[in-house]
Amino acid sequence: MSLSGAWYLGLAAVVFSIGALGLLVRRNVLVMFMCVELMLNAANLTFVTFSRMLDDIGGQVLVFFTLVVAAAEVVVGLGIVVAIFRRRRSATADDFHIMRG
Amino acid sequence: MPVPLFAATTVDALTFAIAAAVVLAGAIGVVVARNPVHSALMLVMTLFGVAVLFVEQQANFLAAVQVIVYAGAIVVLFLFVIMFLGVDSEESLEKEPLRGQRPLAVGLMVLGLAGLLVMGFGAHWSVGAKSVAGPSQGQPGGDVAALGRSVFTTYLFAFEVTSALLVIAVVGAVVLARRPGGVLGGSGTDPDAPAADADPGSDSDSDPGTDTDTGSGGDAEDLAETGSRAGAVPGAVGGADVVTGVPTDAATEEVSR
Repeated sequence: MSLSGAWYLGLAAVVFSIGALGLLVRRNVLVMFMCVELMLNAANLTFVTFSRMLDDIGGQVLVFFTLVVAAAEVVVGLGIVVAIFRRRRSATADDFHIMRG
Repeated sequence: MPVPLFAATTVDALTFAIAAAVVLAGAIGVVVARNPVHSALMLVMTLFGVAVLFVEQQANFLAAVQVIVYAGAIVVLFLFVIMFLGVDSEESLEKEPLRGQRPLAVGLMVLGLAGLLVMGFGAHWSVGAKSVAGPSQGQPGGDVAALGRSVFTTYLFAFEVTSALLVIAVVGAVVLARRPGGVLGGSGTDPDAPAADADPGSDSDSDPGTDTDTGSGGDAEDLAETGSRAGAVPGAVGGADVVTGVPTDAATEEVSR
């Protein structure tokens, strides 16, 4: 049998925190997107772990839908990055200050 | 149902340890790698590790989907955009634009992580009723059949809505990535040209700080600077110049697009 679910939950918590930290400290928009993917993966791991602990297929179905939403999110997000880059010649979050007061 | 923390076979424990090490190394690599391409490759490593953990928990179909969709499609999309934009230049991690932001972020992360770990290890989170949406283990056909049955019966409406979401995302990406002024012809690019011409004129009116800014930049940066300046200080430019309406229009378009 596999390890107890607490190990998986702890690992997911660590990965989620690393992703959140990267989202806060990095300034390249693409790397920030990758950190969002890290956080999504940590949540997916949590869902699968709970699905096993409770013997419930609902967690795996939710991961399935999360994958679809993540794919759509990446497509739209990268489209926005390309559109901004075409105007600004930059993919750094510091340079996007057109809406500042 | 307190399962002992170490109630596992050696193989399972070893698999978890190796996969966890791979996942953690990849996650740290995504954050600290200077080159975005290296970050993307580290992300692939993390995704493979997570797929192994899925297999370890009898979620075989999700592991396959994880490798195919995430590592095969999403990361390739990332790499494609990185190469397409040519932003694979290295970012200096030493420079800190916001003073004190980085220690604050680390402190916040440690606090959140401590909270999550205390709750995850100390409390019993999985206290709900078992197998509400159907059992996942020991089903005929394995987890693939169980997942398929669930998706096409209980979650059928959500599944159909998902297809609409994908279509909307594709259409939105096409609209976003389209070159400006497809149907309208030159009207999308024409206001930019007089704006670029008017830029030195409006520069002479404004403070010298912005003059040095545009002097170092190229033509494209000039354009961007015009847009941001017209958006930020419309009143300062508005008094002197005749063509001030044009850059303001360009800025509005920039926002709306």
